[in-house]
Amino acid sequence: MRHIISILIENESGALSRVAGLFSARGYNIESLTVAPTDDVTLSRMTLVTRGSDDVIEQIVKQLNKLIDVVKLTDLADVVHVERELMLIKVRTEPSSRAEIKRMADIFRGKVIDVTSNSYMVEMTGSSDKLDAFVAAISTHHIIEIVRTGATGLPRGSGSLIL
Amino acid sequence: MSVELSGGQIVVRCLKDEGVELLFGYPGGAVLHLYDAIFQQDDVQHILVRHEQAATHAADAYARATGKPGVVLVTSGPGATNAVTGIATAYMDSIPLVVISGQVPSAVIGSDAFQEVDMVGITRPCVKHNFLVNNVADIAETMKKAFHVATTGRPGPVVVDIPKDITDPKIKVPYVYPESVNMRSYEPPREGDQRQVQKAVDLLLSAKRPMIYSGGGVVLGEASEELRTFSRQLGYPVTSTLMGLGAFPATDSQFIGMLGMHGTYESNMGMHESDVIIAIGSRFDDRVTGKLADFCPYAKIIHIDIDPASIAKTVKVDVPIVGEVGIVLKQLMAEINVNGSRIDTEALAAWWDQIKEWQSVNCLEYDRESELIKPQYAVEQLYKVTAGNAFITSDVGQHQMYAAQFYPFDEPRRWINSGGLGTMGFGLPAAIGVKLAHPDADVACITGEASIQMCIQELSTAQQYQTPVKIINLNNRYMGMVRQWQEFSYQGRYSHSYLEALPDFVKLAEAYGHVGMRIEKPEDVTPALEEAFAMKDRTVFLDIITDQKENVYPMIEAGKGHHDMRLRVASGTPIDRELA
Ligand SMILES: Cc1cc2nc3c(=O)[nH]c(=O)nc-3n(C[C@H](O)[C@H](O)[C@H](O)COP(=O)(O)OP(=O)(O)OC[C@H]3O[C@@H](n4cnc5c(N)ncnc54)[C@H](O)[C@@H]3O)c2cc1C
Ligand SMILES: Cc1ncc(C[n+]2csc(CCOP(=O)(O)OP(=O)(O)O)c2C)c(N)n1
Ligand SMILES: [Mg+2]
Repeated sequence: MRHIISILIENESGALSRVAGLFSARGYNIESLTVAPTDDVTLSRMTLVTRGSDDVIEQIVKQLNKLIDVVKLTDLADVVHVERELMLIKVRTEPSSRAEIKRMADIFRGKVIDVTSNSYMVEMTGSSDKLDAFVAAISTHHIIEIVRTGATGLPRGSGSLIL
Repeated sequence: MSVELSGGQIVVRCLKDEGVELLFGYPGGAVLHLYDAIFQQDDVQHILVRHEQAATHAADAYARATGKPGVVLVTSGPGATNAVTGIATAYMDSIPLVVISGQVPSAVIGSDAFQEVDMVGITRPCVKHNFLVNNVADIAETMKKAFHVATTGRPGPVVVDIPKDITDPKIKVPYVYPESVNMRSYEPPREGDQRQVQKAVDLLLSAKRPMIYSGGGVVLGEASEELRTFSRQLGYPVTSTLMGLGAFPATDSQFIGMLGMHGTYESNMGMHESDVIIAIGSRFDDRVTGKLADFCPYAKIIHIDIDPASIAKTVKVDVPIVGEVGIVLKQLMAEINVNGSRIDTEALAAWWDQIKEWQSVNCLEYDRESELIKPQYAVEQLYKVTAGNAFITSDVGQHQMYAAQFYPFDEPRRWINSGGLGTMGFGLPAAIGVKLAHPDADVACITGEASIQMCIQELSTAQQYQTPVKIINLNNRYMGMVRQWQEFSYQGRYSHSYLEALPDFVKLAEAYGHVGMRIEKPEDVTPALEEAFAMKDRTVFLDIITDQKENVYPMIEAGKGHHDMRLRVASGTPIDRELA
């Protein structure tokens, strides 16, 4: 099953490599990983998407908790949460396809943020599923390049991951 | 009022303030400032080894024998990499170690400078934690954290990597050693959850065929007393891992021997048939469980461990209890008392009868009539000559298993060996570390002719610091453990496991200034041991020429379960494997 693990980690050099190293050393898979400092400059918040059986996820959570730099974590899959990912996608356009691509972007609530004579760049946020769906929907057109941030998320309501 | 000290002086002062007596190390460019600070004080004694690997093993064994953290100092680059094997050894067995490594100056880090290696990166997978110190003013706090992390919770090695400029004698800052540390991200558990404790007690008291499976965590957690009281209160059979030996007295009739790959028939059969197992500070290592699918098929399992990640890692458990072993055992005992004694004494008596039947197989029996020196015999005699009171270090191989099987330990911290990593070369530096910790105790290193050569240079350290240890070299001219596997699994194709061109160990010992003895006949073993131990102030190398083809039994071969042990088939009297 897919799990989104949200981690508060000391904002120290090397903290990221401890997490990445743990995953490679123990053979766990990382689908995506995003990290940035929080409003508290001593803390970073990391969001890690992984897949595994319940046993594997249990070990992943325990092993992450064991890292001295990890302050707190939660598996968003266990709680009601909001998930978002940002994607930038550059698509080749023909005069005949421009309107179609723009319309698709609108349907998915994306924005065209750069235009050249033969390309559009579309910015889109949403759940990873939604971004996948958009990519599939415009795959008949020529996709030049894609960059995605990987999922981030927050628990809804009062179930917050704070100190 | 604080003093102004340089970084080098601060490191050494921190050691003093932390109560460190011994520092095992080896100098080099990146730590010269530190060595200069060491030269100018005599609070902390520095032990100069002959190879950085030995520094880590000696410090590690010092820690195992005392319960205090071992401390190591090495230079950058090759000094640091040489220490890695010892760090990994300590990591696998959860031994508290603080390793200080020099690093190239901050300004050149990352430039492939002379003797630069990314020590923090290299050791990341085999330390509990590591630090790179960026600032002179951070040293004291970092050192305090290093000791705190190494020694609390599940212990382990911590590396503190210090760039050379940080120890510069010209830069001085006020020194204060923090009284305590506060790490919001690190808080080891103590008490076990009371509801879990209750569940455990209910399960324990309902048992008909119970087993107490104790491990290294009991030694690490100083809970030997609690284990003894708890086990005696219940009267259940006790087995132990290799790492837990001595926590429960091996000569007690309730102790039924080690379990696992080379454990006793009774312990492994007991585990296999048990209905309730309580694992106490043991981690279900694959050398213990054998084939997981066949592991303890009838048992409900209670598991006490301070590290949640040890629980349900390989084996599913029914009642996990996360906590400090000594405290949790006390909680259990309190609950058992409240509960009143509801032990099913009838079932327990029947269970003990069954265990006695398994014991009657005499799984550790060997040929006592042999003309050749049997390694088991040598260890038995060592036990007699030292009255069972010695500290025994060992290397890795058959001799290690004979030591575990034939030297019954009645006290914790007497049996010092590398279990998790299985590091050949551990024994001799370990013996030196133990002897420095306990100068008045008998210390013997049980080793093999292959292992001893991996850190043989430490005979020189033993001479310099006058650490009179006895080296019991069970010399079978083979990497016996490798040979045994090749005999069992590769139809006797002894690929590269025969040791040709062995040195004359007697002369070698003498060359280092020690006493050497060569023993070739069974009747000479005891007199030689007596003579060696009578020489209180000499390191003695006993080169004991043993039977080349002896094997360690019982053995659970790879991929087999506890009930599927390979037993010795004594001449003429094949042991009935179907006995159970
Ligand atoms: C050649 C060879 C053969 C071997 N054969 C065998 C064999 O036949 N049988 C055998 O048993 N081993 C054998 N071993 C050793 C084996 O590889 C493991 O090292 C050993 O089984 C692990 O012991 P343990 O489970 O007690 O765990 P340890 O490695 O001692 O770990 C201790 C456990 O206790 C926990 N702990 C630590 N402190 C505390 C505390 N204060 N409170 C609570 N919990 C705590 C830790 O988190 C950890 O889970 C062999 C090794 C070699 C090299
Ligand atoms: C550093 C290292 N290299 C290789 C091994 C694999 N190994 C395990 S036991 C053994 C043989 C040990 O031979 P010896 O020291 O003579 O002991 P014996 O088994 O003969 O008693 C080897 C090579 C190891 N454990 N450690
Ligand atoms: Mg040998």
